Amino acid sequence: MSFAYALACRECGREYGLEPIFSCDFCFGPLEVSYDYDLIKDTMNVASIEAGPPTIWRYSPLLPVDPQYKVDIGTGYTPLIRADRLARAIGIDTLWIKNDTVNPTWSFKDRVVSMAIGKAREFGFEAMACASTGNLANSIAAHSAAAGMDCFVFIPDDLETGKVVGSGVYHPTLVTIDGSYDDVNRVCTELSYQRPWAFVNINVRPYYAEGSKTLAFETAEQLEWRAPDRVVAPMASGSLFTKIWKGFQELEKIGLIQNPTTKMSGAQAQGCSPIATAYEAGSMNFVPQKPDTIARSLAIGNPADGYYALKTMEQTGGGAAMASDVEILEAIQLLAETEGIFAETAGGVTVACLKKLVEQGAISKNEETVAYITGAGLKTIEAVSSEIRQPIHIQPKVEEFDAALEAYN
Amino acid sequence: MALVVKVPGPLRNLVGGLFEVESSGDSVARVIENLEQNYPGFNERLLEEDGSLRRFVNVFVNGEDIRFLNGLETSVGEDDEISIVPAVAGG
Repeated sequence: MSFAYALACRECGREYGLEPIFSCDFCFGPLEVSYDYDLIKDTMNVASIEAGPPTIWRYSPLLPVDPQYKVDIGTGYTPLIRADRLARAIGIDTLWIKNDTVNPTWSFKDRVVSMAIGKAREFGFEAMACASTGNLANSIAAHSAAAGMDCFVFIPDDLETGKVVGSGVYHPTLVTIDGSYDDVNRVCTELSYQRPWAFVNINVRPYYAEGSKTLAFETAEQLEWRAPDRVVAPMASGSLFTKIWKGFQELEKIGLIQNPTTKMSGAQAQGCSPIATAYEAGSMNFVPQKPDTIARSLAIGNPADGYYALKTMEQTGGGAAMASDVEILEAIQLLAETEGIFAETAGGVTVACLKKLVEQGAISKNEETVAYITGAGLKTIEAVSSEIRQPIHIQPKVEEFDAALEAYN
Repeated sequence: MALVVKVPGPLRNLVGGLFEVESSGDSVARVIENLEQNYPGFNERLLEEDGSLRRFVNVFVNGEDIRFLNGLETSVGEDDEISIVPAVAGG
C-alpha cells in the first residue's frame, strides 16, 4: 500500500484527489503528493528498510506508488563511494560520490520513471509518453518495454547518438522535434490534454518527481542514518535538486535522521544556467534561456522547478555555480582519472561546479560533501572522444611496442 | 482567419470544454481582456492582482515564449496562435 492520500498545490494549498493531474486548477501551481507521516512512522524503521530489497523499493512507504503496480528492472541502491583521490585534487577533506550511473538505463531517471509507470498502471493507462533530453527517454522506453506498454518518446533532434539509440532499441514510437527541449515540452504539454497517455513528466509528474527522493534516502542510509553537510547536484528542471532536500526532511519527520542541516548547492552549465544566473543575481525569478551547451541532459531553458530550486538554496544556505563547456570536459576526465567513474556531461557539470565552489570558498574544506553523478559517460561519448589521448597503434611485434611506449611517454 | 488561443486543461471548463477558441486583440494583454469578456474567469486564473502573469503560467505566441518577446505587450495579429501552458511540466 501507499501512504499518499492527496495532491496539494504548493502555492495556494488547494487539495485534490490522487489523480493524473499536475497543476492547480486555480493558480497553475505545481501539485505535490501528501503523505500520512504518522502512519509511515509506525511502519517504517531501520529494520524494515534493511529487510527490504536492494532497490528503491526498500523505501516504498515514502513513495506514492502501491508496490503491486511496480515495474522493477533493478533501480536504485547505487553505490556511495568515498572519493578521496578526487577530494585531494580539489582540496576538500571528505567527499562522497553517489554513483547513479549504474542504474538499469545508466541514469537517475530510472528512479523517477519507476514512480511514473507504477502510478500510470495503477491509474489504468495503457501507454506511456514523455518529453525528454535523452536520459528520461531511455528509461521510459525500457520500463514500457518491460511492462509491455506502448510508449511515445519526444526528444529534441540534436541529441547524442547514445541517447537516441538507447531509446530506439526498446522500440518505442520515437519522435525527434526540430527545436529545443523547451519546444518539445510545450508540444507534449499540449498533447497531454488530448491523448489518453501517461506523460511521465506532465500529467503524472507529481508522482514521477517523488522518485528522486530515493537519492536522499539511500545517501542517508549509506552514511549510517545521517545527512551530509553539503550536497552538490545538477539542475535541469530543478526537480531532482529540490527532491533530494525533501527526502532528507522526510527522514527527519519519521525519526530516521536528526535535524538535517545539509546545504544544497546546484550545478548548471554556463550555456544553460537560468537557475544559477538567478541565484547569482539574488533573484527568485529566473529568466528563461535558449540553451547552448554540450550538457544536453541539463539543457532546459525554462525550468519547471527553477523557483523551488532557488527556494531550496535560500532555505538551506546553499547556492549554485555554473561551468563552461571546457570546464565540463576537464571535470569528466578528472572524475574518471581520480575515481574510475565515467560520467556523462551532466556529471562533468557537477564535478566542475563542486571544484569551483571549493575554490571560491563557498564550500569549506571541512564540509562532508556528497556529489550526485546522475548519468553514465557512454551516453555522451561524442563530447569527450576528441579529448582523450589517442591509443598506441602497432604491428603485432614486441619491439614495436617497446619503441612506441618510449615515444608515448 | 481569426487569432486562435489554445486552452489548457485547467481552463477548459471556462470555455465549454473546447481545446481552442478564437479571440481578438492586438497584444497578448488585449487578447486576455477579450477572453475575460467572453469567458469570465480568465483574468483571475492567469494574472496576479497587479496584472502581471502568474508565476506558473507560460504563454507562447506561435511557439515562442512571450518572455523572449515583449511579455504581455507582445503584438499579435489575426494569423497568430497563442498557447497558454502550465509552467510546471517537464524535466
